[in-house]
Amino acid sequence: MTLTMTRSGRRAAHGAPAARWRSRKIQGWLYAAPTAVIVGVLFVAPLVLVVWMSLNRWPLLGGATFNAPDNYTKIADNPLFLDAVLFTLKYTAITTVLLSGVALGLALLVQERRPGIGFFRTAFFLPGAVGFAAAGLLFYGMLNNDFGPIDPMLRAVGLTTEPVKWIGTPSMALFSTIALVIWRFAGFNMLILLTGLQAIPTEVYEAARSDGAGRWQIFTRITLPLLRPTLALMLILSVTGSLLAFDQFFVFTNGGPDNSTVSMVMVVYRDAFFRFDLGGAAALSVVLLVALVGLNTLMMRRLR
Amino acid sequence: MSRYLTLSALAVLFLFPLVWSGYASLEDPSNYLEMARFGEGVGTYATNSVLVSAMTVAGTLVVSALGGYGFARFDFPGKNVLFLATLAILMVPYATILIPLYVLLGYLGLQNSLVGLSLVFVMFQLPFALFMMRNAFEALPRELEEAALVDGCGTFRAFSRILLHAVRPALVTVGLFAFLASWNDFFAPLILLNDGASFTLPVAVVSMTQRTFGAIDYGMLQAGVMVMAIPCLVLFIVLQRHYVRGFMSGALRG
Repeated sequence: MTLTMTRSGRRAAHGAPAARWRSRKIQGWLYAAPTAVIVGVLFVAPLVLVVWMSLNRWPLLGGATFNAPDNYTKIADNPLFLDAVLFTLKYTAITTVLLSGVALGLALLVQERRPGIGFFRTAFFLPGAVGFAAAGLLFYGMLNNDFGPIDPMLRAVGLTTEPVKWIGTPSMALFSTIALVIWRFAGFNMLILLTGLQAIPTEVYEAARSDGAGRWQIFTRITLPLLRPTLALMLILSVTGSLLAFDQFFVFTNGGPDNSTVSMVMVVYRDAFFRFDLGGAAALSVVLLVALVGLNTLMMRRLR
Repeated sequence: MSRYLTLSALAVLFLFPLVWSGYASLEDPSNYLEMARFGEGVGTYATNSVLVSAMTVAGTLVVSALGGYGFARFDFPGKNVLFLATLAILMVPYATILIPLYVLLGYLGLQNSLVGLSLVFVMFQLPFALFMMRNAFEALPRELEEAALVDGCGTFRAFSRILLHAVRPALVTVGLFAFLASWNDFFAPLILLNDGASFTLPVAVVSMTQRTFGAIDYGMLQAGVMVMAIPCLVLFIVLQRHYVRGFMSGALRG
């Protein structure tokens, strides 16, 4: 490949315009070819395949048989999935509100360059460098009643007397998972907001201050409106990420207690690899895919 | 001053879990010995993780550097379609195409293969990487390569000898993102690898909590967390500037 490119490159530099154009066209293709292969084979092909799979009875092992639209009609009879939809929506709403609030607070605190501020930015972001699975296992140990430090600390200051059921009841499991997600992602979202905050020219603030605007007025009249596109981006990422939640529930609560924290993607996974029903999992995937692409498009149009 | 008090309290809150995990894993150093013997041995899983990350980083750099140059400097039919198709990867939720990818890799003989997993990671990294590299090449002055071409270099030699050197910061950013994503990812290896000996660290360490016999060894678990976390923490602290630049360039992915 190197050889042909070198030769045609030389022609490109010295040849006639038409030949040069043709040669540059071929070279462009050659440079883009690896991208085209990866995108074609590992992205476009699976997109087509997931639709085809959803139209077939497709066991984990063995041949497929066309059975459309059974995989779709049976979604309505899948109580686990319907519960998962409600649970995931609830989780998404709470997480997005809390995460945005915390991230905005952090971003405003570290917005101005002051001595030592770099340390705090790094400290808040650092959990984001740790993998989500590792973070889940860290919390799993930290909140364990016998092994973790949190229970003894709460007892020592007199806040609790009994072991706390961190993942033992449905609402506590949700609460603990959200704490984990905020710890892991607040710094990431803070960084997104910082890029938006730093794009606001300081003259705007100075002008407002010389007009006698107070802190709160500056925040609501200047910062928030000018930050809108960045806030929108953060909201879209947070909503999409939460709707597709898997790792946190698989690692941390394993869907429990009593399937109360089973997310939508977890149902897809269980259908495929515990019920060996790849066709059903594909149909759920297609539904999720269409819903999320639709939602993303809608949010981008409304928010930006 | 009160701002610094708030900031310090928050920093303690954010750093405490990491410090505790490190402390809990070291409290009894035999935790690390236990972990080294877990399953196929942590060495096997760490090797798998290193291989997958290395292949992902190398693959992402090669594909996106070639593609970025092609998109920045050449016109060819289908260019816009291919660029949009690549960016569309961001629109499609990752979790929804892993099931067909599992089947497809089976057709290609790459099921349960570290190579197959790395190729999937390269695909997921490509929108961000290609966008970064195209912008980096576009920002280079055209004189740089024209001088090389006049000197009789082919475009590929101009690309590999001179231009690649000039976009090194962008390559570091792309490589860092590719490393963090492939080292940390849990869902893709969980689905695409099904044999214990080929597990990467996240899948192997999570399986420590799902043993059917005996109690969970929490100390060993935190040792596993540290083995996964420390390379990322160190790399992030060292290459922070490059990470933040990735954010600034506007191409974001969680």
